Amino acid sequence: MKPKALILQAHGSNRDFDVIEALTLAGADATGIPLNELRINKTLLSTFQLLVLPGGFSYADALGAGKLLALDLASYFANEISAFVKSGKPVLGICNGFQALVKSGILPGEKKDVNARRKDDISVTLTFNEKGHFECRWVTIKPVSQNCIWTKDLGKNIICPIAHGEGNFQTAEFFPLSSFIANDQIALAYTHSNGSPANGEYPANPNGSTFDIAGICNPQGNILGLMPHPENHIHTWQHPRHTRGETSGSGLKLFENGVKYASNL
Amino acid sequence: MSIYKFLVFNIKDPRNAGLLTDAHALGFHHLQSLAIHDLYFIEGQLSQDGLQQLALKLLIDPVTQSAFWMELPAPLTPPDPDSVILEVALRPGVSDPVAGQIVRAIHEIGIDGVRRAATGQRYILRFDSSVSSSESIRISASISATLLANNLIQHWTIGVITPSFPEELASSGLVETISIRNLAADELLALSKERRAALDLPEMQAIQNYFIKEQRDPTDVEFEAIAQTWSEHCFHKTFKAKVTLDDGQVIDSLIKTYLKSATDKINAPWVISAFVDNAGIIAFDDEFEISFKAETHNHPSAVEPFGGANTGVGGVIRDVLGVSAKPIANTDVLCFGPQNLDPKSLPEGVLHPRRIQSGVVAGVQDYGNKIGIPTVNGAILYDQGYTANPLVFCGCVGIAPKGMHRKDPQAGDRVVILGGRTGRDGLRGATFSSMTMDAQTGEVSGASVQIGDPITEKGLIDVIVRARDLRLYNDITDCGAGGLSSAIGEMASTLGCDIDLTRVYLKYPGLAPWEIWLSEAQERMVLAVSPEKISELKKICETFNTELTDLGEFTGKNRLVVRYSETIVVNIDNEFLHDGIPQRQLKAVIEKPILDTRTTEYQISNTKEHLLSLLSSPNISSKASVIRIYDHEVQGGTVVKPLTGIEADAPSDAAVIKPIGTKGMKGIVLSNGINPEYGKRDAYKMAWSVMDEAIRNAAAVGADPDRIAVLDNFCWGDPLRPETMGSLVEACRGCHDAALFYGTPFISGKDSLNNEYLGADGLRHAIPPTLLISAIGIIQDVRQAITMDLKEAGNFIYLLGDFSTEEKFVSDVPASAPRVYRTLHQAITSRLIRSAHDLSEGGLAVTAAEMCIGGRLGMEINIESSSLFTEVNGCLLVEVAPANVSAFEKQFTKLPFTKIGVVTQDPSLNIRESVSISVTDLVHAFNNPAHL
Repeated sequence: MKPKALILQAHGSNRDFDVIEALTLAGADATGIPLNELRINKTLLSTFQLLVLPGGFSYADALGAGKLLALDLASYFANEISAFVKSGKPVLGICNGFQALVKSGILPGEKKDVNARRKDDISVTLTFNEKGHFECRWVTIKPVSQNCIWTKDLGKNIICPIAHGEGNFQTAEFFPLSSFIANDQIALAYTHSNGSPANGEYPANPNGSTFDIAGICNPQGNILGLMPHPENHIHTWQHPRHTRGETSGSGLKLFENGVKYASNL
Repeated sequence: MSIYKFLVFNIKDPRNAGLLTDAHALGFHHLQSLAIHDLYFIEGQLSQDGLQQLALKLLIDPVTQSAFWMELPAPLTPPDPDSVILEVALRPGVSDPVAGQIVRAIHEIGIDGVRRAATGQRYILRFDSSVSSSESIRISASISATLLANNLIQHWTIGVITPSFPEELASSGLVETISIRNLAADELLALSKERRAALDLPEMQAIQNYFIKEQRDPTDVEFEAIAQTWSEHCFHKTFKAKVTLDDGQVIDSLIKTYLKSATDKINAPWVISAFVDNAGIIAFDDEFEISFKAETHNHPSAVEPFGGANTGVGGVIRDVLGVSAKPIANTDVLCFGPQNLDPKSLPEGVLHPRRIQSGVVAGVQDYGNKIGIPTVNGAILYDQGYTANPLVFCGCVGIAPKGMHRKDPQAGDRVVILGGRTGRDGLRGATFSSMTMDAQTGEVSGASVQIGDPITEKGLIDVIVRARDLRLYNDITDCGAGGLSSAIGEMASTLGCDIDLTRVYLKYPGLAPWEIWLSEAQERMVLAVSPEKISELKKICETFNTELTDLGEFTGKNRLVVRYSETIVVNIDNEFLHDGIPQRQLKAVIEKPILDTRTTEYQISNTKEHLLSLLSSPNISSKASVIRIYDHEVQGGTVVKPLTGIEADAPSDAAVIKPIGTKGMKGIVLSNGINPEYGKRDAYKMAWSVMDEAIRNAAAVGADPDRIAVLDNFCWGDPLRPETMGSLVEACRGCHDAALFYGTPFISGKDSLNNEYLGADGLRHAIPPTLLISAIGIIQDVRQAITMDLKEAGNFIYLLGDFSTEEKFVSDVPASAPRVYRTLHQAITSRLIRSAHDLSEGGLAVTAAEMCIGGRLGMEINIESSSLFTEVNGCLLVEVAPANVSAFEKQFTKLPFTKIGVVTQDPSLNIRESVSISVTDLVHAFNNPAHL
């Protein structure tokens, strides 16, 4: 049976249909559920095997991208999401979804309860791009983490667009970087188009993220958050150089990884 | 109740550098640094713990930001002697979506006792040591006025600002009666002026006669409603006027004579709806139809660039929603004054073109990106003539299942508004946009400014697409200029209605009935809903945080009846309201074309230098810095992107979109044609030329030339001046003739007139006559689309089309053009073409250079250097692989083509043996616009 994927449609989600198409192609039974509907029927979440927070501008990015959606997650779904994560089911947050996972503390997700929101609980953030503005361009990202069920064994780099103004991954001074790296929580990193590390160079690293971080996972490896949009490169004709015969770098594999994992649960 | 002020600052704020660059570009060279902090004002009663929670949980990002807060009034912190503090806050009543979210979120985190919120900014400015402290305050005030704040929507002060919340007024049911029946002619005109109705004497007399017949005077609501319905913006009276030419010829309506008639004569079976609805509709595939509309939002963008462009995008998206379609792509064509204009030469009351551009672009970005519609095609043009009157053309494409759009309200249906609340936003925008601007316009039109809320409109999309599929409404239209008056007035024009304005949800109390009826508050749609379907619609609205208001019913009595509780404030006969306007009588003088001497003026002594300077000139150079801040990938359907080639830095001819959710590989092609330079010289040929350009651009990526439809957008000066009217007539005639020539129908259009500025110097500043043609085409298989970047060394370069280089007024469209495009389409479909790029501004040399930039390959071409820069119509360069040469040449037998060169591995553009320019130099020139 196809694993069931819930795509949470917040007030201002806009790449919901893009990711539904990607998950469907990857073999999932993908359904978009508006946040208000899930609020009415919270137990619905547990009937799904996979949860996706899609890209968009939830609440228009008021007070910082993902901030108010993060508040919704903590206010309405803290227990449900916590149970979902603990059960090892795959969770994916893309762009605005990643921002919400980070600002709610679900990522990087140490031994914390999602409802805990003291200042020192939030140790990483996605802040304004170094260039100071929104940017849409295609980037190359390298799957790094072998602990993350989404990026494990992907092998090849993914070519896909970014489209964000607040994707600059930064950590607080007290952030335990060494254990973060030791836990294999850097899931995806920006590279040059030839695959060599971006080393912070613009535009390969489009936003100034520390360590070229494009995506991170929790220590368990079942939650992935990333800024780029692999869901916008699942067909060959989406490739920016398809008219030149280039076909590499599809993002579909990442979704197939998650779906495959969910179907084996 | 107390007001608390929170100051939030980033340890490193990337906005600072951009603002400093802008300030320097506007001539404030002594400014050394500028830092921005965000201000939040919270009205309520909060404990110290509550305040701290509010800051930590809501207002700051704990990793990058800090905050402090105080209760107002707070003693002024002694300012650092070397810096100036300047604070900015929104004026009361200006939409502040963030403030609304703060109040909602405070409640969500469980803090009680908060009533209202407002936002603002603090700027900290530091100057170099040559500036005395009194001077620094004076310069800061000037920076604030030119860059940081806009008086229309904000107030600012050196030092500490107090927020302003809308005054609490009792709800106002005030209705005035306007004594009109006994007014003399000059008094009627004075009344029109006083109420900013922009009506002329015959129109005022028609109103007077109607109320004499009704034996009463109108209410202010009635007068405003008539002024709005009869405004240029809503009624297009110039385009429907009877025009007498200087040779005595009479044209009865430009729309009927030239635009609609062309569509009727072409009679394309795939045109589903033209000129009758909010957007034009054409067939797509077995399941879907697609709609397209382009609007202008020029006047609002001149006075408040961000809000003007922002709501321009929002407005055209609602046009597409108004034909029950899901919006899938946006286009934006923008015209500005020179970016490096000396600030001292600015006419009084006019914003600097640089500030207008950055505001407009930010407005387009904010709306399009947030609502999740890719911005895929557009253009930016610069001309001195746009300094005081920038042009902002916003287009939107939508898709809907076939036959699901309904336009059939029934008597007994409910009159329903969906979406945002109503405030004083944009009052009289319809009549404002029909007037010439002057130095005072900025001040008096404050209420005409609107700020958009894209997420509310996203909710409307979610609701309407679902409601359409469930067939929950019988008619739908958007609330644009003219507000409820226009939307409900039009929808009720066949049935009449009876509604109550006290049911309208207001942003704040105190609006008079006429203000509610005319308000142009954004993000609202009007629907006709059968009473038994209201509850189902309401449920969908709740899911998507969208408000629904039931105002009353469609009566079938053919009168527009509007109540304010018990009082009837409008009671007008539909026939008078919609057909009672006298036809305008206008005069037109057609002037002789002006010779285009630009190429001969150049005195080309050095081809290399001239080409490089063209590549970095304002109108040709890369627009990447703008394109990249628009999301052109959302919805996953962008097949040919606005920037293309190996390094994605070369300009595409057109965009190709494959709509998500459609079966098969069919796609939509979007392109445009615009040429104000030709508009100044010969409006008739300009129309031909821009039609040709739009169609050629679409054909260059693979569109089927026999399946292209177009939109017209005319931006002109004051039509009461016979010469201006004459060039408008000529442009319309050109549109008609060119449309028939190509078999390309118009499906919708729009005009924006009076784009003139009466400067304090007493002189008129008019824009160049500007016609935008936006094309929408079909490509059978998106995988066959081609791009303009050179693909492979050894391939041959062909020049297609009649390449005539004689000196002309404005060059003609060659007779071969339609056949060239059809054959090109066949060749692309047979995969004989590797790349194609049209010849436009800058001529063949620029086309060749851009193809080299795209492929990072060289080209050797053999062409007279005197022809290199000639601007022609109907021509393209194409790249053909050696293996396909004979098949290609066979297809083009009997058509004009020349093999002019070859693609080379050596990355340089070589023209005969005399000129050689490295691709690196071409890239550098193109990517470094000289004027920025």
